Amino acid sequence: MPQQGPSWDLVADIQLLLQFHFMQNAFIAGTLVALLAGAAGYFVVLRGQSFAAHMLSQVGFPGAAAGVLLHVSPVLGLIVFCLAAALGIGWAGRDLDAGHRAESAAVGSILAFSLGLGLLFFRLYAGSAAGIYSFLFGTILGISDRDVQLTLVVAVLSFAALALIGRPLVFATVDPDVAEARGVNVQMLSIGFLVVLAFAVAITVQIVGTLLIFALLVAPGASALQLTARPGRALALSVALSLAFTWLGLALAYFTDLPVGFFITSLAFATYVLIRAAKGAALVRGGRLRFREPSFATPS
Amino acid sequence: MRDEVRLVDKKPDGRATAAVFDRAAVRLGGKVVWRDVSFEVAGGEFVAILGPNGAGKSTLLKALLGIVPLTAGSVKVFGQPVRRGNDEVGYLPQRRRFDPDLRIRAIDLVRMGLDGGQWGVPLPSKSKQERVEEMVALVGATGYAQRPVGELSGGEQQRILIAQALVSGARMLMLDEPLESLDLNNQQAISNLIRGICQRQGVTVLLVAHDVNPILPFVDRVVYVAGGQVVCGKPADVIRTETLTRLYGAPVEVLTTSDGRLVVVGQHEPVSYHADH
Repeated sequence: MPQQGPSWDLVADIQLLLQFHFMQNAFIAGTLVALLAGAAGYFVVLRGQSFAAHMLSQVGFPGAAAGVLLHVSPVLGLIVFCLAAALGIGWAGRDLDAGHRAESAAVGSILAFSLGLGLLFFRLYAGSAAGIYSFLFGTILGISDRDVQLTLVVAVLSFAALALIGRPLVFATVDPDVAEARGVNVQMLSIGFLVVLAFAVAITVQIVGTLLIFALLVAPGASALQLTARPGRALALSVALSLAFTWLGLALAYFTDLPVGFFITSLAFATYVLIRAAKGAALVRGGRLRFREPSFATPS
Repeated sequence: MRDEVRLVDKKPDGRATAAVFDRAAVRLGGKVVWRDVSFEVAGGEFVAILGPNGAGKSTLLKALLGIVPLTAGSVKVFGQPVRRGNDEVGYLPQRRRFDPDLRIRAIDLVRMGLDGGQWGVPLPSKSKQERVEEMVALVGATGYAQRPVGELSGGEQQRILIAQALVSGARMLMLDEPLESLDLNNQQAISNLIRGICQRQGVTVLLVAHDVNPILPFVDRVVYVAGGQVVCGKPADVIRTETLTRLYGAPVEVLTTSDGRLVVVGQHEPVSYHADH
């Protein structure tokens, strides 16, 4: 598709990148998604809710298919399904990442069922595999103007909600018993965050798809938290990494004609591995590598 | 919120009363935990809450915090009905250690005690920062306050949590088993720290303990929770072989050391099917 390769002239490269309307849409939507996913990702990692994020994205799959089938925006379908799932988890009031055995079996069955449902919807629509493929692995280069508008609204609202609940959410995450005694409604915050997460997942699926969602929603936050334990800095770093992965991934995909999802996931993975390796090396060099005392954890 | 007058009359007269239980009862899951509980805690007192496992010691604190509602009677703190989020009350819940991988600095945790429950983005505040640093210094945690809390030892984590509990200007400190899973040195150090806060800052301390010995020298009064009843009294009246044996329902002996300190010792039962501790 691209006729010219990249040069060392950055301005010319950017002009080249943005000469087509679909690339402009991809960059606008990608930037909005990266901002929200990076910010929400910090809380996902701090709260240990990676699995909830993954689950929401899979439940969103039949939602996208239903959106296509009903001739409304697939993003709208994603949002509705993710939101319903988030409220379901919140209403059940269970911590999905706590590793309850009986629940993981139940959740696994629900996930498989939702993927199967998505398969049916796509088959009913056109019987083509292309639609399924784009929702499993992302469809960033085919984003419509209407999807860009919807992404903008969702991202702005979710970002505002995160700014509002972020501080008590960190308190409730780190120290729920004290937060409760200090008048924080831990349960409501938990549900509120799941709702924001549902929106974040719904619009992130457009970029990297259901299967690669960790790259934008978990990896930047995980990398940032490796580098700093200061909440403000970690949050900003998570957003910056998420933006960098998305922009670089889009540019690399444009110039090489290889999938965006591949580049974004690779950048995310490489960054995380490099940081872990560098930290490990620093620990060994600084002689700070020591055995942890065993903690005498007792179930409450 | 901190007042300068720290010399509080320890007699439970109306003004200096820190907490009052009046014929209070709590029922959890259809089961009466305790009832007809009436006692007062005077301002600046160091009170130990003792009793067997599951007797409702933690519930007593939670009633004072307004987390667990009463089914009868009333509880007041500093003359006011209990409510969650009271700045005059600091709380250390019974807890396991923080997750070693928890990536948030100890000082951030202390700051949460000040404004962690408020909505919106926290703005940098010099006065709040100074207040937090003052509390960190008070508990002797300045050396490690910048480190991630998960990396700290059990004793260090307890000091940070005490700073967090006090930072909002608490005049009452409630601690649920703060010495659990600490080694002997740390038990002594944390006990001394809590006593110092009680004496120098005039903070009323209510401390739930399983092992009474580390704190026994400091305790002004003892609250015993057992069998749905609550008994309150001076240590010398309650810490007696007959009283403790009756309350625990197991043989307990109180010994007096050569310098007059009391020591509580659990006796081996003649036939024992379970561990003693």
